[in-house]
Amino acid sequence: MLYDLFIGPFAEFDFMRRALVGIVALAVGGGPIGVFLMLRRMSLTGDAMAHAILPGAALGYLVAGFSLPAMTFGGLAAGFAVALLAGAVARATVLKEDASLAAFYLISLALGVTIVSLRGSAIDLLHVLFGNVLALDDDVLILLASVTTISLTTLAALYRPLVLECVDPGFLRSVSRSGGVVHLTFLALVVLNLVAGFNALGTLLAVGMMMLPAAAARFWTADITRLLLFATGFGILSGYAGLVVSYAAGSSLPAGPAVILAAGVLYIFSLLFGSQGGLARRALMRPHLQR
Amino acid sequence: MSAIRLADLTLGYDRHPAVHHLSGTIEEGSLTAIVGPNGAGKSTLLKGITGTLAPLSGSIAFSKGKRLAYLPQSADLDRSFPIHVYDLVAMGLWNRAGIFGRIGAPDAHRIEHAIAAVGLTGFERRPIGTLSGGQMQRALFARLLLQDAEIILLDEPFTAIDARTTADLLALVQRWHGESRTVVAVLHDIETVRRAFPRTLLLAREAVAWGRTAEVLTPENLLEARRMVEAFDRQAEPCRRDAA
Repeated sequence: MLYDLFIGPFAEFDFMRRALVGIVALAVGGGPIGVFLMLRRMSLTGDAMAHAILPGAALGYLVAGFSLPAMTFGGLAAGFAVALLAGAVARATVLKEDASLAAFYLISLALGVTIVSLRGSAIDLLHVLFGNVLALDDDVLILLASVTTISLTTLAALYRPLVLECVDPGFLRSVSRSGGVVHLTFLALVVLNLVAGFNALGTLLAVGMMMLPAAAARFWTADITRLLLFATGFGILSGYAGLVVSYAAGSSLPAGPAVILAAGVLYIFSLLFGSQGGLARRALMRPHLQR
Repeated sequence: MSAIRLADLTLGYDRHPAVHHLSGTIEEGSLTAIVGPNGAGKSTLLKGITGTLAPLSGSIAFSKGKRLAYLPQSADLDRSFPIHVYDLVAMGLWNRAGIFGRIGAPDAHRIEHAIAAVGLTGFERRPIGTLSGGQMQRALFARLLLQDAEIILLDEPFTAIDARTTADLLALVQRWHGESRTVVAVLHDIETVRRAFPRTLLLAREAVAWGRTAEVLTPENLLEARRMVEAFDRQAEPCRRDAA
């Protein structure tokens, strides 16, 4: 019985195994990225960039149909363009970076949906927006694994200046000129992971695999190293749980949203019961502190 | 020997000068306080010296091969970031370790030593978010100790810090002075300056007076400084001496 629920689907079906591998790769790469996005107060930036990828991927789709290289390349190009443009607009005009990002991503979203509708059906549109985690072929899996490898090695190399840039940018500026390079490299990693996630979860949900595990992890630890580990672990856990639930529910619950929902449940659980500032613990502590 | 030489230095934001045609030298091994009313350009001057802010005109020259350490105003630091006191202090090793360098056993010993020197032993594993203002400033001074720089710039190091911490940290500043390091500090408390700083730059966008503290901090000069900043704020902006 338990076997049928928790292991059976993966033992029996190739597509479930592929989905699991893909989601684990996404969680391992995206979790740490999400932690740094959160700590740098760039959570919304991640969301905006996820939308920004859409028109690029849609153009790739328009030109070549569901072609992995075309859509990946288009997404990367659009993501980098918006990341750089939004930063430039914020520096050159009175608009703050968040407002400028919001403007760019709204335009991108509308543009992307329009482009996909030009050629494809509503099903295609759904696929682009929400992905199809149960249809990952070899090429996509290799892409996901490569992106995760690149992310982790780059993060490991840039770990020191990246942390310093978050804690005390003024200090980093006084000892090193690496701040700007580090920031841009980090943005590139965000785009790279979003494009990878886009293939499995679609543009709208890809960012969920980054932000939700990271935000949940913050309720359990106040240490950067553990935060990275927790976020990765939560990502893997929600990926697995989402797939299991979606399989058990049959065709009524699509796998991509199920994975993100599982991450959402984990987040709300952490928000309520987390050991670091969880609401339940706070409520229990209050009378004690008042005395 | 001069550690820092300023020549007709003008610094500002968006072409509006905040520090105006400043010339002078900070001698090697000297202990200098920068004082002046709010908006006098004190922090701007430190940002210029550290190279964070490029001069609008004029120049800053350093004596060759000297390392520089800078303690900005504490507001620049994200205290909610999940990092321990130990790791914050360890950042002081950047010049030695850089992005990839190993932090080995001798370095670990130096870190512990610096933490002990500021009286924070036992706080190594505390997240920085749990420190009081005074403890935070102690940790930042430990980081300065590790930077082991010949020139040390401090921006309002004792603002909103309790008396005991101020006294302890001031003792560290005196120790640096004793070790012939060049120390420049932006300060508000005139009494501290009179007591502990041999040299003073009284700044009000321009230098009102610069030299031995007793000769600089006269009532006339202090009044003049306040008057100059107010007058400047009323006239407002672009550098008029350049136009002439």
